[in-house]
Amino acid sequence: MTHAMNEAEDAILAKRPESRAWRKFRSHKSALFGSVMVGLFTLIAVAAPILPIPDPSATDWGAIRLAPSMAHPLGTDEIGRDILSRMIWGARASLLAGVVSVAIAMVIGVPLGIMAGYMRGWIDAVISRCTEALLAIPFLILAIALAAFLGPSLTNAMIAIGIASTPLFIRLARGQAINIAAEDYVESAHAIGLSTSKILLRYIFPNVLPPVLVQSTLTVASAIIAEASLSFLGLGQQPPDPSWGAMLNTAKNFMVQAPWMALWPGVAIYLVVLGFNLLGDGLRDALDPREE
Amino acid sequence: MLTHILHRVLVAIPTLILISIFIFALQKLLPGDPVLALAGEDRDPETLDRLRELYGFNKPIWMQYLIWGKGVLQGDLGISIRSGIPVTEMIAQKLPVTLQLAAMSMLFAIAIGIPAGIISAVHKGTKTDYVANVVALSGLSIPNFWLGIMLIMVVSVKFKLLPASGYVPPSEDFWLSIKTMIMPAFVLGTGLAAALMRHTRSSMLTVMRQDYVRTARAKGLRERVVIMRHAFRNALTPIVTLIALLFGELIAGAVLTEQVFTIPGFGKMIVDAVFNRDYAVVQGVVLVTAIGFILMNLMADIAYVLLNPRLSGR
Repeated sequence: MTHAMNEAEDAILAKRPESRAWRKFRSHKSALFGSVMVGLFTLIAVAAPILPIPDPSATDWGAIRLAPSMAHPLGTDEIGRDILSRMIWGARASLLAGVVSVAIAMVIGVPLGIMAGYMRGWIDAVISRCTEALLAIPFLILAIALAAFLGPSLTNAMIAIGIASTPLFIRLARGQAINIAAEDYVESAHAIGLSTSKILLRYIFPNVLPPVLVQSTLTVASAIIAEASLSFLGLGQQPPDPSWGAMLNTAKNFMVQAPWMALWPGVAIYLVVLGFNLLGDGLRDALDPREE
Repeated sequence: MLTHILHRVLVAIPTLILISIFIFALQKLLPGDPVLALAGEDRDPETLDRLRELYGFNKPIWMQYLIWGKGVLQGDLGISIRSGIPVTEMIAQKLPVTLQLAAMSMLFAIAIGIPAGIISAVHKGTKTDYVANVVALSGLSIPNFWLGIMLIMVVSVKFKLLPASGYVPPSEDFWLSIKTMIMPAFVLGTGLAAALMRHTRSSMLTVMRQDYVRTARAKGLRERVVIMRHAFRNALTPIVTLIALLFGELIAGAVLTEQVFTIPGFGKMIVDAVFNRDYAVVQGVVLVTAIGFILMNLMADIAYVLLNPRLSGR
């Protein structure tokens, strides 16, 4: 009897929307490819300190700008540092920048957006006008301006990109909160006398989360490009610490003598960003109930 | 129609005021006393007081903002501490270069992105659609400055087909000007083309599900006519809006593209200003970009109404 009931329960559980979303996600080949790509780079970034690779900052004046070989699979740079090793450590900077800046944007943006969407009134007016104003400044220009005023460093680049991405999350969370606040179950919760904070935490927040998750995956992709762009301009990671953008900045001075210096960082940025974009697209399709 | 436009213009004003406050605040958040920087070696308290008086730093902050804002309204964005040239003049000098780059990139993006989107939508679910999607997503994922470096390496360094860098005004030598701009425009246009393709595709797919498209088909019209005249014309409205909204991306992309191809434009100016700690220039550039973006938005709004017969009749 209990066994049969468990089975029935399992069957019901198996049909829950989450599992349907998961099934849809799994059948999405490009999304799986994206996850593998993201997973691979994350693994490399995390494992960097224990991998058997040379010190990314160790210079070797006897091995300047060597083409790829057995000793240096991706070649060496203008002061004889191993490019493979710098690429691996650079993955840490890129992924860290992508994830931390989006975390900053979410932590500031989602509560503000929910507040604006649920409370409405003057709070909404103030938050919305500020969001519109910030959205009128192109993302990268805002990030450059902020990074310029904060001073060039990887941390400041992350803060700048985070702040520049915040309006996106405010707008998304606000729109979502407005929709959910109009749902019957929120009104019933209100009617039975649940406090605002309980409604926000129990009903609004969990339902705002899925689209925020999709957006955050896609924003990590643009944040990684933004970090690479800032570092390329000299406003991000400072030498000698490795970062893909900074490596490209140096590489553009050696296009004739050492073309491989410019090749790898770009390929890596492309693959990671493509991975996050594919993952984000897949998540959106999987979580969208309208999508067949 | 006119009231609609007027309403949009009025709504844009508080946004602009907020942006100006934000840009002004950036300068105030700057660490260090600006007077000390202006005075240089001379740290005599009397000189410092005089400088404070001269630049209005002794006034309350809201009054400083009003003085600054008044200047901005009269077209005075301050003076570059590096070159001594008024910021407005610098922008007027550099903007045409970037506008040429932006226009060529946009042309390229439209020429590639829209047809690709239509083809992809018409052949939904086929290999063509799949390939077009992968190419578009790649276009969005490739950092454009890297694409620029790669192109310079192959096209300019190896095959010596196009100049690697620099800028020639079209008034000086039209064809050389176009030739130097081809690669930068391609690089800047790639991401835009990808965005346009994806947008055109989804807009077309929505329209092609509509009844009037089915009716057009049922009437026995040729598929080509159905797609171009009935579907595409209706799908165009959101695409035009997107083109205006991509303006921000164009300017931001121009910063990197101009850096790679050493083009002396608006984008390179902001990077140089950042490195020279020329804050008046940074503020001016951000403000002008934001105003441009808001104007483009306004134009998109108007175009949206004009293109949509259901709205323009009002």
